[in-house]
Formats: sequence, structure tokens, C-alpha cells
Amino acid sequence: MSQDPRAPAELSWETLTQGVWKENPVFVMLLGLCPVLAVTNTASNALAMGLATTFVLLCSGVLVSLLRKLIPKQVRIACYIIIIATFVTITDYAIQAISLDIYKALGAFIQLIVVNCVILGRAEAYASKNKVANAFVNALGMGIGFTLALLCLGIVREVFGFGTLFGIDLFGPNFQPWAVFALPPGGFFVLAFWLFLFAYVRQRRNPSKEEEHAA
Amino acid sequence: MSGNEAASPAPPVMPKSSRLIAALAIIAMVSGLLVAMTFQVTAPRIALNKQRALEKAIFSVLPDASVHANFSAKDGALEPLPADAFAEANLFAGYDEEGRLVGIATEGSARGYQDVVRILYAYSPESECIVGITVLQSSETPGIGDQVESDPAFLQNFDCLDAKLDAEKSRLAHEIVTVKNGKKTQPWEIDGISGATITSVAIGAALNQSAQSMLPLVQANRDLLAAKEGADQ
Repeated sequence: MSQDPRAPAELSWETLTQGVWKENPVFVMLLGLCPVLAVTNTASNALAMGLATTFVLLCSGVLVSLLRKLIPKQVRIACYIIIIATFVTITDYAIQAISLDIYKALGAFIQLIVVNCVILGRAEAYASKNKVANAFVNALGMGIGFTLALLCLGIVREVFGFGTLFGIDLFGPNFQPWAVFALPPGGFFVLAFWLFLFAYVRQRRNPSKEEEHAA
Repeated sequence: MSGNEAASPAPPVMPKSSRLIAALAIIAMVSGLLVAMTFQVTAPRIALNKQRALEKAIFSVLPDASVHANFSAKDGALEPLPADAFAEANLFAGYDEEGRLVGIATEGSARGYQDVVRILYAYSPESECIVGITVLQSSETPGIGDQVESDPAFLQNFDCLDAKLDAEKSRLAHEIVTVKNGKKTQPWEIDGISGATITSVAIGAALNQSAQSMLPLVQANRDLLAAKEGADQ
């Protein structure tokens, strides 16, 4: 890319799909791996975590973009953190109000969204330099990408680790759950598998580009 | 950093610190307002959810009960609490449809493998037995430690786990202990799960510790508990 990455980008289809495929926060940028490994033991936990993160991404992205001219450069990170922390706290209360079971399953990882690098990264690299509409669409794309990645892990781990999918029994009573998939090591195994698959497919789809990069 | 800055051409103009402080203060105030508003909106809903979760736990250990009353057991005294004060209550009495006391439910906790395991257990003052447990909070290893919540053989321990008081009614006649799987010989022993020893032992320790202090109080106040005052419908 010869274009200056700091120049405000035009709003296009790319703005949305960037987060899903080309710059997928988990499979390409490898950001926010702490919740990716920790709360993807079931598909519903993964979905809840993905949606919570998407909500925080959207709200903080829009607010940072709105205030981008007012925030002095020297204190911008502090401002972003306050904004992100606000929406994380709001999400925390909202999830408690919606379902205590989900809240218990996600545990401390709701509060830890505040230090998720995906969100701070978006605020710093995109929302603070782009129009509100762009920031919204881009954050939505990133949120979708993050949620999909979490679901990819959550589905595999739940099917093998519990023999269920979204709590629905798949294999009947004789299935012996493969407990390691529900445990932390399973997270690493499944992540490694998805990263391999993702990198392989990306390379197959545009081998010429990858060679250019190498050269 | 300071050494390099002198050499770099045209250092960026530093805005007045008052502007930085003002920007941070305004953002922090708006944030505070948003959080306070969310808290106000969600607080009643969260309280309701917590009450529902607790009621579900109470009725799962006391399946014969249809209503419950809240009590506060503190410093050797038992006091009835109004129906909406479930957050302060630490002892719950369950009554069946005819208003008879079927049992009491109270909490116990002990250190497990990962973190503290909190349980709610039911005690029948009539048979002097612990008649059921449910896990309120645990982060035990999935597939291993969390079997204490589901293993039918383990839960069978609590069909009637002996919790008789001694002659002075001040403590348990026999301490509740967890023994190795298949080694249970006495009615006050808990048959542990092999492979999940630490969590099984934690359940026994939680029961023993709580029962030692709570059950004498329950037996001393049976009239108060049986009266079904303050039970909500």
C-alpha cells in the first residue's frame, strides 16, 4: 500500500470487511487473545463475550471519533481508557441485569475488556483519525470479526469438550466428553488449528501478494 | 527521551496544562454520569436476578418447600427478616403448602482446588440430617472438580447425612468428614469422588464448619423457625 495509512479513509465496503477478513483481530492481528483463550469453552460464552466486546468497540469508537478534535494529543490514551472503561462498566451492569448465569460464566473477563488491545488499538489507529460513520462501520466489522473468531473456537471446544452445541446435546448419553478441550490447553490447541487454517487459506487465495511481501 | 528531544527539530507545541486537565475532567465527568445512570437503571433488575438465583438454589435443596422465610443468624442469635431483605439473610427456612417447616437452607464455604467453593445446603431439624447441597459458586476444574455438582453417587451422600448434635446441643456429635471413595462406614462421613479429592474434601469442610455453628442455633430456635412468620408467598 503506497497510501499514507494516517490519511482519513473513504467509507467503503472495505471499511467493514477489513475487520472480518484482512485484519481479523484474532486470526491476523492476534490481539485480545486473553478472552479468546479463556472464555471460549462453550459457544454461548463465546457469543456473549463477542457481543459484549462488539458493544464496547462500537460505543467507544463512535465517542472517540466524535471527540477526536477536542482531545489533546498528549492525554489521548488516558481519555480513550476512560471512555472504554465507561462502556465496559455499562456492559458489566447490563449483563448482570440480563442474566446472572452468563455473568458468572464470563467472570472477570467482562471487566478485562477494558484492557483488550483490539479496542484501544481501534481507538488509536482508526476512530481518532476518521469520521464517525467510518469509525462506526469499522468498529462493527472488527466486532463481527472478533465475535466470529470467538465462535469458531467456542463451537469446536464445546462440541468436543461437552458433546453439546449451545447447550443442545449432540451425541446422546454415551458420548465421553474430551475434557481437555474445555480446559485451558484445549484453547491453545484449537487456536493453533484455526490460525493454521486461516493462514493456509489466505495464502492459497492470493499467493502472488504473499510473494510480493516476501520480496 | 530528554536527551533526544533537544536534538529533534521543532519540538511539538505543548498546549497549556489547564486545557489537558479540562479535557480529562470533562470526559471523566461525562463517564461518571453515564455509569451512574446505567447503575440506576439496572440496579432493581440485578437485585431481582440475584433473588431469583438464590430462590432457585433454596428450592433445589428443599424440593418440598413452596415458600421460604429469611433469617439472620449472627452472634449466636437468630432473627427473622422481612421477605425483601434476602440480601442480608444467611439462613432460609422452607415451608410446604400447609405451612409446615420442611427444612432450613444455609451457606457454607471452604477452599477448593482453584478458589473458594460456596455451597448452599439443606438441613432437616426433624431428622437432624443434611438433606441436600447445591453449589453456589465454584471455579473447579471442568470435568473433574465440578463433578461434585452432578455425580449421582456423590450426591447420594446427602440423602441423609448425619448431623446430630451432642448432648449439650452446642456442637455436632460427630464431625462431618470426607473419606476416600468407597471408604464410607459412618452416616456422618461423605464418600468422596476419586480424582476430585480436593473438591470433595472442601465440600465436607464447608459443611462441617457451617454446621458446627449454625445447627445448634437452629435447634435452639426451632419454635421461632416453625412459626412461619415473615414467610413470603
